[in-house]
Amino acid sequence: MKMTAAQALVKCLQDQGVDVVFGYPGGNIIPVYDALCTSSEIKHILVRHEQGAVHAADGYARVTGKVGVCIATSGPGATNLVTGIANAYMDSIPLVVITGQVPTTMVGTDAFQEVDITGITIPITKHNYLVRDANKIPLIVKRAFHIASTGRPGPVLIDLPKNVLQQEINFSNPTDLKLLGYKPTCKGHKSQIAAACDLIMKAKQPLIYAGGGIITANGSDVLCTLAEKISAPVACTLMGLGGFPGCHDLSLGMLGLHGTRYANNAVMECDVLIALGVRFDDRVAVDFSSFAPKAKIIHVDIDPAEIGKNVKVDIPIVGDVKQVMEAMLARLDEKNEDEWLAQTKAWKSQYPLKYEPSTGLKPQFIVETIREITDGEAVIVTDVGQHQMWAAQYYRSKKPRTFISSGGLGTMGYGLPAAVGAQVGAPDRDVILITGDGSFQMCMQEFGTAVEQGLPVKVVILNNGSLGMVRQLQEFYCDRRYMAVNFSKNPDFVKFAGVYDSLGLRVTEPGQFRGALEQALKGEGPVIIDCVIDPDENVYPMVLAGQPLSQPVDI
Amino acid sequence: MRHILAVLVENNPGVLTRVAGLFSRRGYNIDSLTVGRTENQNISRMTIVVEGDDLVLEQVTKQLHKLIDVIKINDITSEQYVDRELVLVKVGADAAVRGEIMQIVDIFRARIVDIGQRTLIIECTGDEGKINAVIESLKSFGIKELVRTGKIAMLRGQKFTSLNETREDD
Repeated sequence: MKMTAAQALVKCLQDQGVDVVFGYPGGNIIPVYDALCTSSEIKHILVRHEQGAVHAADGYARVTGKVGVCIATSGPGATNLVTGIANAYMDSIPLVVITGQVPTTMVGTDAFQEVDITGITIPITKHNYLVRDANKIPLIVKRAFHIASTGRPGPVLIDLPKNVLQQEINFSNPTDLKLLGYKPTCKGHKSQIAAACDLIMKAKQPLIYAGGGIITANGSDVLCTLAEKISAPVACTLMGLGGFPGCHDLSLGMLGLHGTRYANNAVMECDVLIALGVRFDDRVAVDFSSFAPKAKIIHVDIDPAEIGKNVKVDIPIVGDVKQVMEAMLARLDEKNEDEWLAQTKAWKSQYPLKYEPSTGLKPQFIVETIREITDGEAVIVTDVGQHQMWAAQYYRSKKPRTFISSGGLGTMGYGLPAAVGAQVGAPDRDVILITGDGSFQMCMQEFGTAVEQGLPVKVVILNNGSLGMVRQLQEFYCDRRYMAVNFSKNPDFVKFAGVYDSLGLRVTEPGQFRGALEQALKGEGPVIIDCVIDPDENVYPMVLAGQPLSQPVDI
Repeated sequence: MRHILAVLVENNPGVLTRVAGLFSRRGYNIDSLTVGRTENQNISRMTIVVEGDDLVLEQVTKQLHKLIDVIKINDITSEQYVDRELVLVKVGADAAVRGEIMQIVDIFRARIVDIGQRTLIIECTGDEGKINAVIESLKSFGIKELVRTGKIAMLRGQKFTSLNETREDD
């Protein structure tokens, strides 16, 4: 079948089951848009900035479990994707990123809108391709999707020079996918699994430390069965939230720097730590040398490079965390460590998450109210900062793929476009963005995308008129020398919604919030609820640098 | 400790950048890196000499494996292997000292590959120790220019670093 390479690309995307792409056109990528013109299967969502496209594809991928696809042109279009690609890479999100490139004859000449995007993105992609031979497009696209979605997922970039896209090729389906250097290990090593099970059966104080891998592997149900079978409490990472029901008796919520005291105490006291799909990030461990000091550690992850990287482990198991858990379940007997469970329960009642009750509008109260109204069933998207931690602490997501947050890279501005993508991926669900006034302003142009596409994203801005998390850091580490953390001029976010002919609501009193959210959720369009919160509120508990998890600052 | 890694990679454009970039951004120290094609034109082979303790080496190996273009990695340090470097040295060589230099060249089984009016180019292959020794011996004549390749290495006997030997469960 004869067609242009651009048409071949679109056909390949269709063959991969892609039904939506997020993008922004430009000179060198025009052939792809020309080909998309005639595709009835692929919907293109026009964003307002390429960063929005990549974050939206990311949010879409997280909610659906499918590969997110975004498109941008060469040069600035491509560089605008960089933050979003890095974000997806850090959180292991499967993306296929398509960029235009100047014609091959001009590559390397500093041509107009030329940038070496494959060079730039080597450290932040799982793999990337600069396509010089149009005939290879079907093979490369197939490989890109395969690489992006298998093993430890991640973004794959395909850079397409304009003349390559315009070339006519004879399309044939690639049959040989074989990649000599890429064979992810999915099945865990039998004897390692046996050793892990022996250790678990002997454990008196077992703790499960569950991360994003649980969600990636679609292993939430198996995790639940495992935790219940061995009655081990479960502490989730930020990326793991929703991977284990936040309302479950065995749930200890989030661990780490802003983790619950009961989760962190459990880490310090457990005798066997079962680490599932996690990477012992510094925001979890805080101080590597004092992390889980009494525990033998079992570490299951699909990426061998994560095992033993930050913390020495006793039983490493490389494999798909769901498959490994299933293999473990087959070997494990039911067990019950009543004393340990009583202890974790006691910590829960002794050190609950708390905040000063006040007449003012507290951010924690807002998140709690969202949780109550939505019964923990909404898709919660966050930005990065204090509001993110409050959302993580208080929302207690019930299900996987419903807590969407930038974990590894900590990208302010991620939230709104990710919420757009999430809503595209889950059109029938309530998608609520919990953001801050700082983060929101980093990508607020994407509100236009939401309005244009009729995506009913509900934006809750926890507005403290400042960069709260940085201010909190300056309070603790800089002796309250506040520098560059206050916005003396913020836009009126209610009016901002108004200029897009959308509903904006302002909440200043606790009593107003419930009504506002209910009104927002009833409406069919996107809504902004600007919540003017107590500007001095901090995120607690907080483990200071170099301190063990058991000694946080708390109110 | 210094480790010698024999690495098979897909012969794709940019593969050297991927490997070299990985070392620099993760802060691993490369002593030397050589690369060239193998008997299979789609496969290149790198010999990387890297400094680090076992923990660092474990990470280097694992991170290298994550590169899609990297097919196989063999840390041959503790095995029986042959390793070679090639050096070209241009030394100052007035007529008066040429005889002495030629004697040194003989001793090291090196070769003179160019004679200029006041210089000689000497070619020498050998393991690192020999190369260092020959350079040391030539120093007193004044080394005008020096280029060395870095190490290439191969396992002795019936052990291989080749595609066919790549275990399926690797």
